[in-house]
Amino acid sequence: MLTVKDLHASVEGKEILKGINLQVNPGEVHAIMGPNGSGKSTLASVIAGNEDYEVSLGEIFLNGEELSEADAEERAHKGIFLSFQYPIEIPGVTVTNFIKTAINANRKAQGLEDMPAKDMLKNIREKAALLEIDSKFLSRSLNEGFSGGEKKRNEIFQMAMLEPKLAILDETDSGLDIDALKIVANGVNKLKSKDNAVVVITHYQRLLDYIVPDFVHVLYNGKIVKSGTKELAHELEAKGYDWIKQLVD
Amino acid sequence: MAYTEEELKKELETKEYEYGFYTDIDSDTFPVGLNEDIVRAISKRKEEPEWMTDWRLDAYRSWVEMKEPDWHNVQYTKPDFQAISYYSAPSKKDKYESLDEVDPELLDTFKKLGISIDEQKVLAGVAVDIVVDSVSVATTFRDTLAKKGIIFCSISEAIKDHPDLVRKYIGTVIPVKDNYYAALNSAVFSDGSFCYIPKGVRCPMELSTYFRINQAGTGQFERTLVVADESSYVSYLEGCTAPSRDENQLHAAVVELVAMDDAEIKYSTVQNWYPGNKEGKGGVFNFVTKRGICHNNAKISWTQVETGSAVTWKYPSCILKGDNSIGEFYSIAVTNNFQQADTGTKMIHLGKNTRSTIISKGISAGRSQNSYRGLVQVHPKATNARNFSQCDSLLMGDQCGAHTFPYIEVKNNSAQIEHEATTSKIGEDQIFYCNQRGIDTEKAIALIVNGFSKEVLNKLPMEFAVEAQKLLEISLEGSVG
Repeated sequence: MLTVKDLHASVEGKEILKGINLQVNPGEVHAIMGPNGSGKSTLASVIAGNEDYEVSLGEIFLNGEELSEADAEERAHKGIFLSFQYPIEIPGVTVTNFIKTAINANRKAQGLEDMPAKDMLKNIREKAALLEIDSKFLSRSLNEGFSGGEKKRNEIFQMAMLEPKLAILDETDSGLDIDALKIVANGVNKLKSKDNAVVVITHYQRLLDYIVPDFVHVLYNGKIVKSGTKELAHELEAKGYDWIKQLVD
Repeated sequence: MAYTEEELKKELETKEYEYGFYTDIDSDTFPVGLNEDIVRAISKRKEEPEWMTDWRLDAYRSWVEMKEPDWHNVQYTKPDFQAISYYSAPSKKDKYESLDEVDPELLDTFKKLGISIDEQKVLAGVAVDIVVDSVSVATTFRDTLAKKGIIFCSISEAIKDHPDLVRKYIGTVIPVKDNYYAALNSAVFSDGSFCYIPKGVRCPMELSTYFRINQAGTGQFERTLVVADESSYVSYLEGCTAPSRDENQLHAAVVELVAMDDAEIKYSTVQNWYPGNKEGKGGVFNFVTKRGICHNNAKISWTQVETGSAVTWKYPSCILKGDNSIGEFYSIAVTNNFQQADTGTKMIHLGKNTRSTIISKGISAGRSQNSYRGLVQVHPKATNARNFSQCDSLLMGDQCGAHTFPYIEVKNNSAQIEHEATTSKIGEDQIFYCNQRGIDTEKAIALIVNGFSKEVLNKLPMEFAVEAQKLLEISLEGSVG
């Protein structure tokens, strides 16, 4: 699914990623953990094609296809989804209108007609129910005045609608209370299949109790310094990031 | 994405002004220049009564004494009024019984504009009075309207067929001496629309006029008069496109609305005249005077979507003369490349318990300048007047400008005036967010702009709102590199 090879990336001349290697196969869940400033969000942004970051070395492949020439919307069309750590407000554009526009843009890229309104509505209702989203919520302006939890739930709602091949969840757990966390995790788990993959970026073990990873990677200072199974997350929780720092430094 | 030189050229050309074509119809055009003889000749050609000729001459004499205004925040080369031809009409002067008789080339023009008259008749239930180069050539649905006593025709016909009504109201809201361009229009107006809704009648359909400038070097001077008698209601739509030209074209329209006691007029405009090319060459000069008067318990709503013209100078206003009357102004003004717009409204509160609402959305891109200029005036006798104004500006890029000039004059201390203003920029983070969901940048901008403009778009009649949304997208194409 996703292959990252020796990825180096910088922003405003400062190198953030210093040689990342990652292999994610269909059906797998990977967790990327690490202290603040280790480069987790940068990795997510670079994979999604954010042009604020300059890739100086290395390659990203999606299903064997190298992505350096693909811009952000082409990567989205190919099935990459990023759940934003800080979702963006678009005043006056409803949640429904936004997702409708996104779905039809993706369909157009695949040479398909717009989704019929009836199917769209049915789809929206199903996915809203899955994430226990109130219908009033769907007519609100995108992320405007949303609580932290509502923003994150809306991200997962969009993911559910778009059915991506590779979903990257950047700190989706931050801002969620325990009930919301369960609902979101439950949604993600239901959407998981043998054909798609999920990369969860998180500080804490908490989310991983609900979205159980097959692999855990620890990112520190722009490099993956340790990989393991879900036990690594527990070890990290118990020993703290200082343990990693000591290990590396 | 490797282009050949040829393909690139082609693509660029297709992005040029969509409606930039020119119809070759035999026209009957006056020599250039303006003097009393030309004014008389226009009046004579239109077979007008003497009072109308005198009225025009009075306006002309006032205009000669007046100076072109320069207080607005726009810069342009002043038109040479002696280099303009003041009358142009399609040469077939007979009125058509059916569409079959209409010049096929003209019908083709309508097709390019996306106005299928038949389709509109059936689908939208819109009666269309189309003005091509100053003379109405097609009018539909008049019979249906006539049954309700509604008069909807060209102003020239109204002067002939309903002289008393025209004489009673023309120039009462906007006097001939009101301002430089209104005086010029009063002297030389070629045609336009007249609408009268009798007492107690609710107009059963949206009345619609498509204006179009279609003759090289011809200024267009439209005159519109809408009278809603007591307890009547009408919704009037005005939309326009024009072929592209290199030389600047002058357009100075006058629109007068009269809402008698308990009447309501909703006047919606989509303005899409040629804005000039990317280098700021060419484009229409649009100097419009629009004003309505509200008598007791009457209401006038102006809604406008302004995306075209090189220079726009336009302030649809309401005189709230009657007690409990209501004035509303909802506006979206988009400027791109080198366009300049100075637009807004005047709400003049004279009566008691009068209310006004102003929602203005300015969107600037390229190197354009977009100004909101508004006046809220509360007179000493206007007890309990209320106004709410909201002016929002959206900037794209860092070479454009947004300006707000709100004037508030209150002479009655029971008035409640609220003014809110915001300025925002389309952020790269918003664009990236949309991109990440598979939405390309052009579409993302359209989405953000439509969201920004929503409160105003919602005020437009349904079929007009869809057209307006498309226009916003076309107008901002290529504005983010």
